[in-house]
Amino acid sequence: MRKNIKIRWLGLFLCSLTLVLPMQVQAEVVNVKVAFLVEQTPTPPALSNLDPVLTDVGIQGATLGIKDNNTTGQFTGHHYDLKHVDVPVGEDVASAFKQLVDEGYEYLITSVQASTLEKLTPLATANNALLFNVAVAEGSQRNEQCGANTFHIAPSYEMRADALAQFMLKKRWNKWFLVKGTDAEDDFFAAALKRSAKRFGLKIVEEKKWTFDHDARRTAQADIPVFTQGEDYDVLVVADVKGLFGEYLAMNTWLPRPIAGTQGMVPRAWHRTHERWGAVQMQNRFYKQAGRWMNDIDYASWLAVRTIGEAVTRAKSVEPQKLKAFILSEEFSVAGFKGTKLTFRTWNNQLRQPVLLATARSIVSVMPHKEFLHPRTYLDTLGYDKPESNCHL
Amino acid sequence: MFKNIIAALCLSALASLAIADTLYITLEKDNALAVVDGESGTLLKTAPLGQRPRGIALSKDETQLYVAASDDDTIQIIDVATLKVVGDLPSGEDPETFRLHKNGKYIYVSNEDDDIVTVIDVDSKQAIKEIAVGVEPEGIAVSDDGKWVVNTSETTNMVHWIDPVSNTIKANTLVDPRPRAAAFSTNSQTLYVTSEIAGSLSKLNVASTKVESKLHFKIQGVDKELIQPVGVLVHPNDKLLFVALGPANRVAVVNMETFEVEKYLLVGQRVWNLAFSPDLKRLYTTNGVSNDISIIDVDDLKVTKSVRVGHYPWGIVVKK
Repeated sequence: MRKNIKIRWLGLFLCSLTLVLPMQVQAEVVNVKVAFLVEQTPTPPALSNLDPVLTDVGIQGATLGIKDNNTTGQFTGHHYDLKHVDVPVGEDVASAFKQLVDEGYEYLITSVQASTLEKLTPLATANNALLFNVAVAEGSQRNEQCGANTFHIAPSYEMRADALAQFMLKKRWNKWFLVKGTDAEDDFFAAALKRSAKRFGLKIVEEKKWTFDHDARRTAQADIPVFTQGEDYDVLVVADVKGLFGEYLAMNTWLPRPIAGTQGMVPRAWHRTHERWGAVQMQNRFYKQAGRWMNDIDYASWLAVRTIGEAVTRAKSVEPQKLKAFILSEEFSVAGFKGTKLTFRTWNNQLRQPVLLATARSIVSVMPHKEFLHPRTYLDTLGYDKPESNCHL
Repeated sequence: MFKNIIAALCLSALASLAIADTLYITLEKDNALAVVDGESGTLLKTAPLGQRPRGIALSKDETQLYVAASDDDTIQIIDVATLKVVGDLPSGEDPETFRLHKNGKYIYVSNEDDDIVTVIDVDSKQAIKEIAVGVEPEGIAVSDDGKWVVNTSETTNMVHWIDPVSNTIKANTLVDPRPRAAAFSTNSQTLYVTSEIAGSLSKLNVASTKVESKLHFKIQGVDKELIQPVGVLVHPNDKLLFVALGPANRVAVVNMETFEVEKYLLVGQRVWNLAFSPDLKRLYTTNGVSNDISIIDVDDLKVTKSVRVGHYPWGIVVKK
């Protein structure tokens, strides 16, 4: 009899356990709304028919980030939503941005041109929204044009150029032949290259502008050997952001020299051949979702969403001002498959990160190398350091 | 006098009979298994395995090895005597780390790409449960009392506490960025978790599932970015634990009572996983980049030898 009672009690106890346990799930789910704003740009003339034109750049990275955040969110009681807005060529991006803010979006990821970001930055500040730049690399957005609520996930041209310069310095490729295109972005990157050359004591012995406007596919073999004659140099450095002619420099230069910059060996935030530090998992997850490889903007977009997620989880808040303070604090870091924690520079809201030097099918090196010393972190040897900054937040 | 000589002879005979041990090491890039004699530190043999072999464990009766062949999406069963593959377990996609429950019956596998932990019944060779966990599940640990299985998720940055009776998650604890490996103290009251990116070791109270304290590793002359704690192993005496520090090329010896580092031991490059010899005299480390293992004298806390084993040694298991 007594035994019977015991068993009944045990049964009751087990029943109550099964009743109680499912209720441990978070009672209240807090929503976090994230907007992804894309400014469409005119498609540049195709250099070759090799690569398909992508229409989902960035959004695929952000979507994966949302998925990751929601997997975490099921344990912390947060749910993340993503709204994707595409602004057609020539239409007003600022009003699309404002509309999103009016709809209650406080976290906005933008993949826009430099001139557009300049207009969005003050809007973010005025409306107490946080803006995450995933595409613009141009330096002034991190300096004179910086904003207190604008975070730069994409590495700046200066960070990329410094990564190249450090590598060249190690190789003792001290003399550069600089070739740049006619686009404004080419000027920005060329300026960054000059700054880096000076910073690391390298010399630009020759500088030329590629102004040919015919299809380089047909005439590269004839034009480039002539074009690249001049002073002797160690490496040809190219600034052709849109890729209008740079691919044809390789093997066609007058002197047999390596090529680096926007073509050849390219400083990048992400590359399909990057596989260290668990990056293989990221590559696979992305490929499975998108049916293509992740690019720099996808990576930055994923990181932007993860930055928001990390801040929400750890600061236990969804208020922009609290998250901003947390993101800029010592406590914050986000993992980005680059072998070190990623944090933000408090003087210009730029994400610190290693830069990959990649050729078409391999990673040559991950910069900075440890020999480049810095009192704060070796990552601050890339880009604008605190004393150089013109950003006054 | 005569008696003494006999005793001495017996002793020396005993000493030479010190328990021999055999190490089985997965070679991630060679798709192979290295077999090493632990006492002499010699490579005995290399046997072929599936693609990208990583996690490895011995069956409870020690007649079989389980090896996660990550790129083949399977756990291979290898006969210890012949080193031949004799079967497979349905591990789910891209298995990396796994642990055998103390009951010898269940294997818990982290499937990195799918955000799940798969539970496999070893006898029936069936996957009996998929447990949804955080993003990129990595480390798995089973408490000695068999009451808890924990899994760490690298991108969610959590420890998920799994009840092995119901195979459901009972609690989640947020830890430092990129938690990799976990190990319980022998008395099952404390859990230790390494965080690769934060460069820290967290100490969690099992009863409350809360983080009690954290230890940040610092090595003079080594960049803090290079200190990336990965494998963690508790000495059964619950006095010392060992943490592999990845590209810092060192193993930290941590006093469990004071929760401070006693010593850093210089080993091979990118030290990853750790295992003891059965008599606890030696500690072995797999060093991914230098393609060798280091052998540490546990009593003296000195590195005595390194043995080349093949490309990217990853997992290690030791058999008497």
